[in-house]
Amino acid sequence: MSSSYNSSARFNEARRVAIFGGTHGNEMSGVTLVNLWMKNGAEIQRKTVDTKPFITNPRAVEKCARYVDTDLNRAFTPENLSASGGKELPYEVQRAQEINRLFGPKGSPEAYDVIFDLHNTTSNMGCTLILENSKDHFNLQMMNYIKKSMAPASCLVLLNEHPLLKYSTSRSVAKHPVGMEFPSCTVEVFRVSERVDYPRDANGNIIAMVHPNLQDCDWEPLNPGDPMFQTFDGKTIPYQGTGTVYPTFINEAAYYEKQQAFVTTRRETLVASAIRKA
Amino acid sequence: MDPLDHELQNPNEIISHSAPADLSRQINGCMEHVSFPPLSRFAVCGGTHGNEMTGVYVVREMKKKNVDKVGRVSVMTVLSNPEAVHLCRRYVETDLNRCFTDALLSAPLTASSPHEMKRAHELNALLGPKGSQQAVNLLCDIHNTTANMGVCFIFYHFDWLALHIYRYVQSKISFGPVRAIQFHTPLPEAYSLESVSQNGFALEVGPQPTGVVRADIYNMTTETLDLIMEWIEKFNSGTVFEGGDVEAFSQTRALDYPRDPTTDEITAAIHPQLQDNDFKLLRAGDPIFQSFTGEAVKYEGEEAYPFFVNECAYYEKKVAFQLAQKITIRLPSISVKN
Repeated sequence: MSSSYNSSARFNEARRVAIFGGTHGNEMSGVTLVNLWMKNGAEIQRKTVDTKPFITNPRAVEKCARYVDTDLNRAFTPENLSASGGKELPYEVQRAQEINRLFGPKGSPEAYDVIFDLHNTTSNMGCTLILENSKDHFNLQMMNYIKKSMAPASCLVLLNEHPLLKYSTSRSVAKHPVGMEFPSCTVEVFRVSERVDYPRDANGNIIAMVHPNLQDCDWEPLNPGDPMFQTFDGKTIPYQGTGTVYPTFINEAAYYEKQQAFVTTRRETLVASAIRKA
Repeated sequence: MDPLDHELQNPNEIISHSAPADLSRQINGCMEHVSFPPLSRFAVCGGTHGNEMTGVYVVREMKKKNVDKVGRVSVMTVLSNPEAVHLCRRYVETDLNRCFTDALLSAPLTASSPHEMKRAHELNALLGPKGSQQAVNLLCDIHNTTANMGVCFIFYHFDWLALHIYRYVQSKISFGPVRAIQFHTPLPEAYSLESVSQNGFALEVGPQPTGVVRADIYNMTTETLDLIMEWIEKFNSGTVFEGGDVEAFSQTRALDYPRDPTTDEITAAIHPQLQDNDFKLLRAGDPIFQSFTGEAVKYEGEEAYPFFVNECAYYEKKVAFQLAQKITIRLPSISVKN
């Protein structure tokens, strides 16, 4: 990743920002905040930006369920976005097409500049910003700014750029231009490395749980030989990777059905170019 | 503070007094020794709510290991609501754990009866009938809560046998605290699964999110069950369990969230100072809710102990938390009748 420290990357102004809540209908912080801001949006307005709060999956919110037919936050694939079928399509695919129409189209100049998609997790991850592209200098600068502003409160960055593990999210509809001058900076990230599933029997039922020593220890080093799972009859299964990793999304309820007990990450330092408004 | 003395001829009879600022009520069992016939059938139930995962996995593991006996007592392991477990939801159509009142169990089923009503009738036939001598002697129904309650035994009426089991577990368990919560529901109106058995109680363990199984919560539950089964063997072998005092939390009332009068949506969350502080004494003036616009709402009322604080399943039941008074129950000594 080489950028000259003397030149800035230039981006157009970010004029339109959206804040999504209820992408998963049972993740209450986003639902509550977006509903609040739809009633009174003063807190999220800024002079040069138009900020729109939006509930992405209203039927799931009504049912207080993660989704109705299929996970909305995996639904923004090119195939889904161009599928025909109208009301015959799964509810969330219809929603993805509608959201792409309102805030995209994805990949076009008309798309919203920034989308913040608010989620909750049953894992002990604290406040985590999720980045999809290590070369997105706008987002890197923004995340650096957020981290510095929140210090000493912690806000970590998870980079999910893995070709097999990344997925088509609601937020991926936006592009990311920028505002004022921000000098070049470095941002520490945790890069997703692999997904680790629960041990399962021949019928696909889990036969062990996240070990008490690993439970709630998101972002703490996991070394080869450390306890990883505990079977229901009390045996310990150790981690048998080749080196130290930093696990996260440990014991997220919604991921049992996605064959994921936790993901491993590796620490990395990204360099963000200096950026300024064009 | 004067303890209130009651001579309870019938353990199911509760006399409540609203004595001013009385935090400790004394309830005495008759001081004679009480004998019970030998225990022959013990049921362990899980998945009464399909997304409370500890009981689901405990029952599955017991079935895998073919646990069907403790000493000469037969053990039944029951997955109460398999369809809800499969969907990983609390229930399919209606809350199974509210289906066991006498009225609901005797009402005839029709084709349009909710799934859980049909299941309740099946469970009543399997484990009951409720109120009869054929019902299982002992039933432990395993539940989880999102509230920070640790391990709690929940009793729906005074039951000397179940209370002795609680006392035994509390004295031997390697972690703590383990608490007893006493509700006061006359048997015909008792609506939960364990009321079907002769001596039933719920084991409520938290905090655990729905849909998640935590190893620490699972381990506390299996250790508790091992001690329950140890007690059963000792009881049947003739051990005399001495009388004594047991402290319990006697439920008095529930409080709802502040709500918008037109939409009925909640307008506040449990206050950070109350969140996770189940069983910590609440006094008038303590903050209990924080509105979404940042204002604190204060508690008004007599001093009490909150529990089920921020239980996710209770939002729809209009309960933000429950309140209890501390009571002392004097247990008689008990043993098996020869």
